[in-house]
Amino acid sequence: MSAGLSLPHDAAALHVTGQARYTDDIPTPAGTLHLAFGLSAIAHGTIIGMDLSAVRAAPGVVAVLSAAELPDMPDCSPSAHDEPLLATDTVHYQGQPVFLVIAESHLAARRAARLGVIRCTERPALLTVDQALAANSRFEAGPVIWARGDAAAAIAAAPHRVEGQIEVGGQEHFYLEGQVALALPQEGGDMVVHSSTQHPTEVQHKVADALHLPMSAVRVEVRRMGGGFGGKESQGNALAVACAVSARSTGRPCKMRYDRDDDMIITGKRHDLRILYRAGFDGDGRLAGVEFTHLLRCGWSQDLSLPVADRAMLHADNAYFLPAVRIESHRLRTHTQSATAFRGFGGPQGMVGIERVIDHIAHALKRDPLAVRRANFYRAMAARPGALPPDPQGISAEKKPGPDGVEGMPPNPSGAQTTPYHMPVEDFIGQDLVAALEESAAYQARRAGIAAWNAASPVLKRGIALTPVKFGISFTLTWLNQAGALVHVYQDGSVHLNHGGTEMGQGLFQKVAQVAAGVFGLETGAIKITATDTSKVPNTSATAASSGSDLNGMAVRAACETIRGRMAAHLAGRHQAQPAEVVFQGGRVQVAGADYGFAEVAAMAYQARLSLSSTGYYRTPKIVWDRVRGRGRPFFYFAYGAAVTEVVIDTLTGENRILRADILHDTGASLNPALDIGQIEGGYVQGAGWLTTEELVWDDRGRLRTHAPSTYKIPACSDRPPVFNVALWGQANREDSVGRSKAVGEPPLMLGISALMALSDAVAACGDGSVYPALDAPATAERVLMAVQRQRGD
Amino acid sequence: MSEIAFLLNGTPVRVAGEPATRSLLDWLRDTRHLTGTKEGCNEGDCGACTVMVTDAAGSRALNSCILFLPQLHGKAVRTVEGIAAPDGRLHPVQQAMIDHHGSQCGFCTPGFVVSMAVAHLQGRRDHDDVLAGNLCRCTGYAPIIRAAEAAAAAPMPDWMPETAPGLSFAEISSGGSPQDGGADSPPAPFLPQTTDELARWYAAHPGATLIAGATDVGLWVTKELRDLGPVAFLSGIGEMQRIDRQGDHLRIGAGVTITDLMAALAPLYPDFAELLRRYGSVQVRNAATIGGNIANGSPIGDGPPALIALGATLQLRHGTARREIAIEEFFLDYRKQDRRPGELVEAVTIPAQAPALRCYKLSKRFDQDISAVCGCFNVTLSDGIVTAARIAFGGMAGIPKRAAAVEAALIGKPLSPETAHALKPLFARDFTPLSDMRASAAYRLEVAANMLVRYAADLAGQPAHVLKVRA
Repeated sequence: MSAGLSLPHDAAALHVTGQARYTDDIPTPAGTLHLAFGLSAIAHGTIIGMDLSAVRAAPGVVAVLSAAELPDMPDCSPSAHDEPLLATDTVHYQGQPVFLVIAESHLAARRAARLGVIRCTERPALLTVDQALAANSRFEAGPVIWARGDAAAAIAAAPHRVEGQIEVGGQEHFYLEGQVALALPQEGGDMVVHSSTQHPTEVQHKVADALHLPMSAVRVEVRRMGGGFGGKESQGNALAVACAVSARSTGRPCKMRYDRDDDMIITGKRHDLRILYRAGFDGDGRLAGVEFTHLLRCGWSQDLSLPVADRAMLHADNAYFLPAVRIESHRLRTHTQSATAFRGFGGPQGMVGIERVIDHIAHALKRDPLAVRRANFYRAMAARPGALPPDPQGISAEKKPGPDGVEGMPPNPSGAQTTPYHMPVEDFIGQDLVAALEESAAYQARRAGIAAWNAASPVLKRGIALTPVKFGISFTLTWLNQAGALVHVYQDGSVHLNHGGTEMGQGLFQKVAQVAAGVFGLETGAIKITATDTSKVPNTSATAASSGSDLNGMAVRAACETIRGRMAAHLAGRHQAQPAEVVFQGGRVQVAGADYGFAEVAAMAYQARLSLSSTGYYRTPKIVWDRVRGRGRPFFYFAYGAAVTEVVIDTLTGENRILRADILHDTGASLNPALDIGQIEGGYVQGAGWLTTEELVWDDRGRLRTHAPSTYKIPACSDRPPVFNVALWGQANREDSVGRSKAVGEPPLMLGISALMALSDAVAACGDGSVYPALDAPATAERVLMAVQRQRGD
Repeated sequence: MSEIAFLLNGTPVRVAGEPATRSLLDWLRDTRHLTGTKEGCNEGDCGACTVMVTDAAGSRALNSCILFLPQLHGKAVRTVEGIAAPDGRLHPVQQAMIDHHGSQCGFCTPGFVVSMAVAHLQGRRDHDDVLAGNLCRCTGYAPIIRAAEAAAAAPMPDWMPETAPGLSFAEISSGGSPQDGGADSPPAPFLPQTTDELARWYAAHPGATLIAGATDVGLWVTKELRDLGPVAFLSGIGEMQRIDRQGDHLRIGAGVTITDLMAALAPLYPDFAELLRRYGSVQVRNAATIGGNIANGSPIGDGPPALIALGATLQLRHGTARREIAIEEFFLDYRKQDRRPGELVEAVTIPAQAPALRCYKLSKRFDQDISAVCGCFNVTLSDGIVTAARIAFGGMAGIPKRAAAVEAALIGKPLSPETAHALKPLFARDFTPLSDMRASAAYRLEVAANMLVRYAADLAGQPAHVLKVRA
C-alpha cells in the first residue's frame, strides 16, 4: 500500500534537472505571437480618448486591441460578469488593462505597450476602507451580519471588557512562476489553451464565452504551475481570454506572460482588512460575548470577495466557543486591484481577529495567553477516531428542515458545542493537541526563561506565543464539493491517471497516484500521472479550499475500484472464487492459490473484452449551508494544528527575528507525511511572512509602490525559524475521508499567527502592563518600534 | 556585434548579431530553448535564473536575467541542464533535493540547484548566505537547507570543475574593430582591456553607458526597457579589479566586485564586511562593483555611507586627466554627482584601519533588501572624549550624507548613551527624510538617532543585535 509513504514529489527529479515543463517552457509553434497589456496609470477615471498610433507603429506589432476594436468585450470575472478584459469607458484601478498589444515577441509587445496614450478625466478614487465606507461603496446591499445570542448584552453584563481594532495587511501571492497562457487555434474555430491556472474549467468557460463557442470546443490543459496559492484561481482568466481572442483574430498561436511588475500591479492579492472588536469576559478570560466588524478592501471587482469574506466570518471563532457572538462583514469596493483568493481564503483574516481578542484579554488580566486560550477552547468530544461510518445517504439526502431551520441539517445529538454558524464541533482535538505541543515545545519553561532574560536585557526583548488553528474543510459553495477522475489500465498493465485537480507544488498528483497505486496494489511509479485536461474530466472545481486530495483522491479511488472490480470479477469467475477474495498486492494479483502479475491480469481482462477504463466521481457528504442566514454545516470536518513561536525584537529599531517554531499539526492519517510536512513548513513561513515583512504599500493616488521583489519582501532563506520542529498529530480523521487523511493545503498558513502574537508578547515586555501593544499587521520593524514606543510612553 | 565566445554546458558557442543588452536568460530560453533556467522577476531579486559562470577567478553564481551576453566572453556558463553529469547521473545537491523534499512547485528549484552546486564546488557551508538570493514561496526553505547540509559532505562530482576558455576581449575583434557593426547589426559594444582605453573612449562618447556588473543597468533594460545607446563593458579591465595596499591606505579599483571587496575587508573592518554580507545576495555581489555602487549615485546604496564614514577619497578620470575628491563631495543632489560628461570613477581609496567603524543596516527584510536606513559611524576618541567624528547615512536624504550637526555636537563629549540621547533632536536638523514604501520619515529619523545610541553601546562593549540571539 503506497498511501502513507513519504514518497518524493512526483516531479522532483524533473524539478532538480530543469526538465519540468511549465507553460512558458512549452515549445511554441512557428509564428506564435506574444501579448502585453497597456495599463491604466490612474486609479479612477473616465476614458475620453486614446492615441495608440505609436503602439501600432512600434517594431514587431501585429495588432492592437482596445474597447473600440472589441465592441463585444469579453468578461473575465469568475462571479459577477464585472471584469471586462479591457477597460471600456471607465478605469477602476491603476494597473487595469486598457489595451492589448499583439506582437512578434514578448519584448516587442512590452515595449509597444508603453507607448500608448490613454486620456482620462480623473475622478476621485476610493482607496481606503474609510473612504469606501463613507461613500457606501460596497458589494451587496449592505453588511452581512451573522449573530448567535445577544452579544451586546453578554458583553455589557460581563465582569471585564476589551475593545480595539487591528489593521491586517494584504499579501501578494508571489508565485515564482508568473501568470501565463498560450492559446493554439484549431480547425473549425476550436481552441486549445495551456494556462497556468488552478481552475482549468473556469478558463475553459471564460474562453468559450469570449469566443461564443460551446465549452466542448475549448480544451484547457495544465500540467503544473510554478506556485498558485489562490493567485491562479481566477487571475489567469484575463491572459487566457486575451490569448484566445487574439488567436481567433490573427489565426496564429498567441502567448502571454506577465512581467513580474505587471503581474503584481494587475492581479489581485489577499484581502486586507480592519477588524473592530469588543469582548466581554470573566476573571479567567472566559468569553461571554464577542462582536467583530470586518472591513474588507475588496478592490474594483467582485471576483471571489463574497466567499472570501464569508470564510473570514466562518473563522472568527477559530478554536474557541463563543457563547454570544455578532459578526458584521463589509465588503468594500475600492479603486485598487481586485482582492482575490489566497491560501486560507479569508480564514486567516478571521482567525487573526479572535487571536487578537484573546491576546488582548490575557494582557488585560495579566494572564498567560495560553491559559486564556485554553479556557475558551471548544469542548472535546469523546475521542472516537475513525469511528464514524460513511454517510450512506451522501449529500443531504433528506431535504427536510433540520435544527435551526436549515434544510438537510442533521440534529446535534452529541451535544457538541456549536460554532457561531450553528455547526456542532464534533471533532475538536484542540486540548490534547495543544497540551502535547506545550509539552514538546517546553512552552512553560521557556516562557519563564524568557521573562528572566527580558528582565536583564534592556535593548532586546523576547516573546513567545502558542496559537491554535481550527480550519473548516469544504468549499462553502456546496456544489463545488465534487470531483471526477478518469483512469485507464492498458493491456500491458500500465496505468494512466487523470483527475480534475491541478498540481501547483502541493504534491497532489503524487498523493492521488498513491491512492491509485494502493487500489491496484502497484508501486506509485507504475502510475502515469498526466496533465489536468478539461477534455478528460469535465466540470471540475478549482484546486482550492485545500480540497485537492480529499475530492480527487476519492474520485480516483472510485474509478480504480471500478476497474479493479471488473478484473477481480473476471478472475474470480475463472477460479470459482468470490471477487472479494482476489487480492491486489505488490504488483501481483492472487486468487485461489493462483498468482498473476498485474500486467498479466490486465491482458486477460482485455482479451475477455472487459473495459479497463473508468471514470470516478465523488461528492462530499454531510454538508449543508444557508449562506444568507449563516447557518448550517458548511464543512465536512475541521483540520487542526498549533504552533509555538519565539521571537526577539530590537527596541531601538523594531527589527525582529523568529528564533524558534514548534508545530504539531493534524493531517489525519497522512497520505504522505513528507509532503504534508512540506505544506506545514511552507505554510507557516508564508503565514509568518504575511504578518511580518510582507507589506503592500499604495500611495495616495492608488499606485501600488511594492510591485517587485525589490520592494515586496517575502521571507528569504534566513527568515525561516532556525529551530523548526514540525510533527504530525497522526490520528485518523473521524470522517470517512480518503484514507482517513485530512486536507493540508491551507490550514498551516494560520500557524504563522503565532509569530504575530509572539511579537506582541515581546512588545508587551517593554512596558508595565498598562498599555496593550495593539500591534498591527504586518508587524514590520517600523510597526514594532512604534508599538514599543507606546509601551514606553514615547 | 562581433562574435562573443564562451562555453555553454561544456560546449563552445559563438554568438553574433545579438544586441549588446540581450540578457543571457532570454538567449538561453528563446534562442537555445534551454528552458530549465527560469524567469521569476527579471530584476535579479529572486534567483530563479541563477547560472554558474566560471572564469580565471573561479566559479560563481550569477543572475542570468541581468547578465548581458558580452559579459560572458571567454567564460564558461553552466545552466541547470549542465549540473547533472552528461550521462544523467545527478549532482549530490540534486539528489539531496529529491531525498529531502526540497522542491514543491519546482519553479525556483533550478536556481537553487545551481546556487547550491556552486557553493558545493567552493566548499561553502554558510547556506543561508549562499541562498539568500534564491526565493522560494512553497517550502519555507527548511527542506532545502536540509538538502544543502546533506549534500555538503558528498565529494565533488568529477564533471563539476570547469575551466574557462580564458579568451580576452582582445580576441573578439578578429573580424574587425569591436565598434564596427554591419549596417543592419545593432551597435557594437566597446570592450576595453585597459583603463586608458576606456577613459579615452568615454571622453569621446560622454553619452555612453558604462556597464560593470549590470545589477543596476540591467534593470534599465529589463524593466525600463531603455535603449542604452553606445555601451562599454568594463569586465575585461583587469587593472580596475585590483585592491592595492598603498602605505596606510587601500586603493580599491572601481571594478572590484562586492564579493571580492567583502573578502578583502573582512579582516580589516568586520562591520563593513558584515554590511556587505547583507548587500544584495551572492548573485548580486558577484556581479556588482564598488565603482558602480558609487557612480550610480543612489541615495540608498550601502557602499557610500561606509566609505564616507571612512573618509574615502574618490579618484575620477577624464581622458588622461585625473582628480581626487572626498567621496562625500561626489554626491551633489538626488541622482546628481560631481562627475562631468565622459568622466569615470576609477578607484576609491580608504584608510587601512578604522577600529571604531560601525555600520548599521536597517531594511524590511534582513537579507537581500535595500536599506531603509544605513548608518555608518566612525569617531576618534581621546580619553573617552570624541575628538573627531564621521557619521554618514543612506536613506535619509537624496544623497548619502553626513550628519554634520550631530558630528559637530559630538566633539568634546563622551560617547555615551546619555550623549546619544541628548543629541537625538539634532538628527532632524541634519536630515529631512522621505516617507516611502520602505519606511516613514518619522521612523527613519527615529532609528537614525537610535543608531547613535547603539554605536555608543557597541564601542562600550555592550553590543545587542537580534542577529546574534539564539533560541
